[in-house]
Amino acid sequence: MPATQSKRRTYYDELMERGYSRRDFMKFCATMAAYMGLEASGAAQISEALMTHSRVPVIWLHFQECTCCSESFIRSSHPIVADVILDKVSLDYTETLMAASGHAAEAAMHKTMEEHYGEYILCVEGSVSTFGGGEYCCIGGRSSEQILQETAEGAKAILAWGSCACNGCIQAAKPNPTRATPIHKLVKGKPVIKVPGCPPIGEVMAGTLLHIITFGTLPELDRVGRPKAFYSKRVHDSCYRRPYYDAGLFAETFDDENAKKGYCLYKVGCKGPMTYNACGIMRWNNGVSYPIQSGHGCFGCSEENFWDNGPIYRQMASFPGFGIEANADKIGIAAAAATGAGIAAHAIATNIRKRGILSSLQEEGKDAEEKLDNPLT
Amino acid sequence: MSKRIVIDPITRIEGHLRIEAEVENGKVKDAFSSGTMVRLIEEIVKGRDPRDVWAFVGRVCGVCTSIHSLASCRAVEDALDIVIPPNAELVRNIMFGVQYMHDHVVHFYHLHALDWVDVVSALKADPKEAAAIAQRISNYAGNSAGHFSDLQKRLTKFVESGQLGIFANGYWGHPAYKLPPELNLIGVAHYLDALEWQKEIVKVHTVFGGKNPHPNYLVGGMACAINKDDASALNAERLAMVGRLLKEAKTFVNQVYIPDLLAIASYYKDWGAIGGGLGNFLVYGDLGRNGYRDPSSYQFPSGAILGKDLSKVHEVDLRNDEEIREYIHRSWYDYADGPEAGLHPWKGESTLNYTGPKPPYEHLEVEKEYSFLKTPRWKGHAMEVGPLARVLVGYARGREDFKEVVDKTLQHLDVPAEALFSTLGRTAARGLESILVADWTLEFYDELLTNIRNGDERMANMERFNPKEWPQTAQGVGHVEAPRGALGHWIVIEDEKTKNYQMVVPTTWNASPRDPEGKVSAYESSLMDTPVADPEQPVEILRTVHSFDPCMACAVHLYDEDGKQVNRVQVM
Repeated sequence: MPATQSKRRTYYDELMERGYSRRDFMKFCATMAAYMGLEASGAAQISEALMTHSRVPVIWLHFQECTCCSESFIRSSHPIVADVILDKVSLDYTETLMAASGHAAEAAMHKTMEEHYGEYILCVEGSVSTFGGGEYCCIGGRSSEQILQETAEGAKAILAWGSCACNGCIQAAKPNPTRATPIHKLVKGKPVIKVPGCPPIGEVMAGTLLHIITFGTLPELDRVGRPKAFYSKRVHDSCYRRPYYDAGLFAETFDDENAKKGYCLYKVGCKGPMTYNACGIMRWNNGVSYPIQSGHGCFGCSEENFWDNGPIYRQMASFPGFGIEANADKIGIAAAAATGAGIAAHAIATNIRKRGILSSLQEEGKDAEEKLDNPLT
Repeated sequence: MSKRIVIDPITRIEGHLRIEAEVENGKVKDAFSSGTMVRLIEEIVKGRDPRDVWAFVGRVCGVCTSIHSLASCRAVEDALDIVIPPNAELVRNIMFGVQYMHDHVVHFYHLHALDWVDVVSALKADPKEAAAIAQRISNYAGNSAGHFSDLQKRLTKFVESGQLGIFANGYWGHPAYKLPPELNLIGVAHYLDALEWQKEIVKVHTVFGGKNPHPNYLVGGMACAINKDDASALNAERLAMVGRLLKEAKTFVNQVYIPDLLAIASYYKDWGAIGGGLGNFLVYGDLGRNGYRDPSSYQFPSGAILGKDLSKVHEVDLRNDEEIREYIHRSWYDYADGPEAGLHPWKGESTLNYTGPKPPYEHLEVEKEYSFLKTPRWKGHAMEVGPLARVLVGYARGREDFKEVVDKTLQHLDVPAEALFSTLGRTAARGLESILVADWTLEFYDELLTNIRNGDERMANMERFNPKEWPQTAQGVGHVEAPRGALGHWIVIEDEKTKNYQMVVPTTWNASPRDPEGKVSAYESSLMDTPVADPEQPVEILRTVHSFDPCMACAVHLYDEDGKQVNRVQVM
């Protein structure tokens, strides 16, 4: 075991003392590396970091929000992420969980701001109201913007938790009566990592935080500032119902025969084709399900201003896809007429063929059933 | 000499709540409760598709997640006269039961326990003795001496690291903490166990609603179709997962939450005479055995109690213009008819008019307007809503299940019935209704299985989902007995759009400012006469405020009558 570099205890020390084996530890590192989309060598980097770093101070602010992000964070199901507040970070300020209230709570925050200047991670849950003098969101008599600017100054990095902090979310929906403003528009000269979603998946939050702690660097971000690890794929492209879309098989309404068969929800408003998130891959609450799997379309809660992107149950007009440029109705019509020529028709024909494959597979299943029922035939 | 106490931020709640109070001779003489954050979601949903509103208003709260979405679906279904299938009723009830158990357990351990449990004292406990105590009061599998010993070592190292995290600056060692070290250790151990458990129970929401927090709902039923023969619908595997989780939840409630609640309460019986408050209680009712539309079948019966008089339960009508009204006399809003007016929610208005101090400020002008909360009244009365109201109405209605859990608890703690009207009673009621809800939820689950077995696989009624089927105008009300109390959503629909939308939420009832007649609401009333041993460490105020499980975040600062912070002046 490598010598620790300071007297402050490391994650590794804590885990060993808690009865985890080195093997458990390496498994954990490998899993987190996989979550973060790293090469195999990433696991070694993580293990090195966890063995030598002490708990990183975190200040977690709450502004215009509903606390769903905090709730999602504590849902994180990774083997040891449930212990994150005792073993990985020093959560020095969070209005949801901290014991102290009032000036004692604020004193804890100021202590961290002074003693760990330039070292702490600032997590922001919620948007800032910039209306008037900031009177629509005050904590301890100070406006959310005043608190944000003060705490941002000494932060190593800022995590914008959830759609509220990333794009204003619900309160920024038209007519945005409180002038709800996302964090990146107010903080200058500091890296702001956006982790959108209403809320984000718990493991995505934990994974993003862990990336910064273990490597001391920010995760690779996409052009709008989201970690590529979790936001580089469309829900549509990772959806297990995608083959039904390609085959032109859709639920026409909720609870109809096609909905019961698990067909694509595009026609009942699913926004999966325009939504970048990890729901289809990681799923929710330790992989139990995600909105589409439970029969409701995705409504794009991790996308910019999604509340104003049209009614939830209206079918998206059309969108670019992998090999598909037509909308669902056209595919349906073409399929019914069983005609086609040219490039577009090629795509449709491909999809009709897929539909054929799907239905023949289903038929095969039925045949097998019949054989079971009538073993002599 | 009286001192002005300001509590802001009050932590371990949802949202932003501020309490200012006058303290005289070691007791609260007067208190003012203020909500200091506003988002105006009611204005944002105006003009939107009524079928979408559940998603918008669901974002009112991510702690009592699902509750506002349910209220919204019920309001729209009421307006459009949509009858949802029995299976959808059952799924909604199961999700509701899960929300109750999750919310109440998380409140007890993560939001409230640190007012009663001294974390630092747990370091001095004898783990073997802790295990012996825990095993005497429960047969929970996690109560071994080894478990407590490991935890204590972990906690000791945590404290020795000097990084106290969420436990920093707590009021540890305050004379108001009365538990022996062993019980403190049990409390901390179960704090962590509950943190693990809570992420499991919510998976029921994930099965039916796709995610938690903020599972999906649907006007007309639920979106999770039933198909015994498809992997992506509700089938035997999905239902088995729900069944297992519900059984585990019942076990956790009965083997961990309730024994801890009773053990801790037995050291704080004096709190059975503190924090009683209004003595008026309001319940809308919920969990219909025969569906939401049949109030006579509610597991939580509706009704109002006035002046602690359990011999008379008054009927409540959410549609009656004369019964529920909201006032803004001391709130930062304007009404077209002036600040004295009281409006029924169907005619409600949400026009902001902030007249408070410009931030940064040291104290609010409590003699004028001082909150973003409106002030609801029932027939002019200030009412308390929440677990205590529900348990009392059930008791007063003569329901045997309520009587059994209440009488057993009073007997166990050896306290008089009057002790129910208190901070302790409020905290105990939350546990008592959890016992009932754990059983009811399993019964709803069994009914769902029976229905499917009998061939009913309907989950949504989509006949009137198309707006072309709607009347030009309609209005509806949907209510839910949310974990924190009576919740109502009122909607007015016109030309396929939401014309008006008003929510009167539990914390509005409880935490609101005074009405035009100067009558206080539940928080302010309950804080009167609360003892405050040390104004620097007002743990007693937190106990009573937390006993309501506030759904808004605040903080408390202490000020003297000149408006200076107490921590900077010599306290006399």
